[in-house]
Amino acid sequence: MSWDWNVVDDFMPRFWDGVLVTLQALAIGTLIAFALGLVWALAQRSTQVWVRWPVVAVTEFIRNTPLLVQLFFLFYVVPNFGPSMSPLTTGIVGLGLHYSTYTAEVYRAGIDGVPAGQWEAATALSLPKGRTWRAVILPQAIRRVVPPLGNYVVAMLKDSPMIATIGAFDMLGEAQAFSNETFTTEALTVVGVAFIVIAYPASLLIRALERRLVR
Amino acid sequence: MMSSEFFTTWFLPGIWITVQVTVYAAALGAAISFGIGLARGSQYWIVRFVAGAYFEIFRGMSALVLMFWMFFALPLFGWQLVPMWAGVSALGLTYGAYGSEVVRGSLAAVTPAQKEAGIALNFTRWQRLRLIELPQAWPEMVPPFNNLLIELLKGTALVSVITVADMTFAGNLLRLGTNETTPIYTLLLALYFVLAFLITRGMRLVERRAKAGIGQGPVKTGGTTRKPGARGESVQAGSQSAGGMG
Repeated sequence: MSWDWNVVDDFMPRFWDGVLVTLQALAIGTLIAFALGLVWALAQRSTQVWVRWPVVAVTEFIRNTPLLVQLFFLFYVVPNFGPSMSPLTTGIVGLGLHYSTYTAEVYRAGIDGVPAGQWEAATALSLPKGRTWRAVILPQAIRRVVPPLGNYVVAMLKDSPMIATIGAFDMLGEAQAFSNETFTTEALTVVGVAFIVIAYPASLLIRALERRLVR
Repeated sequence: MMSSEFFTTWFLPGIWITVQVTVYAAALGAAISFGIGLARGSQYWIVRFVAGAYFEIFRGMSALVLMFWMFFALPLFGWQLVPMWAGVSALGLTYGAYGSEVVRGSLAAVTPAQKEAGIALNFTRWQRLRLIELPQAWPEMVPPFNNLLIELLKGTALVSVITVADMTFAGNLLRLGTNETTPIYTLLLALYFVLAFLITRGMRLVERRAKAGIGQGPVKTGGTTRKPGARGESVQAGSQSAGGMG
């Protein structure tokens, strides 16, 4: 075997570029997933069949098909009839969309977990529908879904290297490019270790959060 | 358009490769799930520690990066893996780590009285596990295993990037050859969805059998597909906070 620390040193500047891109994708992807997931969750509770049914069908489909193929679809098929996006933008949209179908399920469970008495109290006070959601149901629901949502952020971090396959320069993309130029493999090992170094404290944080928020 | 020749030389074998990778990785993952899951409940701290370290490392690792590493970096350490086996091992090791949490959690959820009864009857540890704890924990494991299995199926698409000729690889070949992207990727997504649906149906059957095996009636299940909470970590979190209360 061969391990050369000089190669690692050479890779470092590009590694930090990659970390930045990965974190950027993760941050924006998370925002999309959290926001869109709530939209899906509320739409799935709609009384209108023609709203509920298509949303359920679409989210089930997205959740049960691979993110990798979805990224290819967004990158190679969507420009045929829609907007053409850069690899990084496509990756962020793909990550956000894919994980929004998971967060939708988390929100749904959280909303179902709000005791029926809370709904009845809101009715008894004759609160309007919007107010019931904003002031009574969602604050209680979101509190209990924070830990599982956090778990999906970690999961998204681990799926984020897939955006390298459509040409984005995240951690894996940078490592691949560097390895191909220099015929070395140290960069890949560095990135592998980096994932554990980022993901492990993150999951510890979520566990701590869970202990605090769930009574 | 897709020629029939292309279809029979690349696409159909690609579907078969996807199924094979799923089955092999699931077998490896199941072995690891039970091995590590049992070891994490061991009475020796060193066994618990090693199993826990395995769980944390592989749960924190990205499957794609692990796969790349096995394919490109491992050969330099003197181990050349066939691409397909690099893919299968990476998937099996990763999803095995998630699965170990499922096994550990369901074994821990068996009522203590059951274990005590086993001790009172002078069963050995192994007998207790085999005759009392596992049969009761197994039905609880099936739904989360179903979720993991579908995550695994979705994960198999990754092997295409290390040159294994699965159906995603065939799709990419066709894109390079013809530039006709819309039909091929739509078909690909539909195929994965169908496979996921078949797995869910199969696992429902397994669950019903398992429940009947310990004298519990079939539970009514809504919808056509699974409820996520997929990866091991969120199974635990979900059941403690949102999912379990709901």
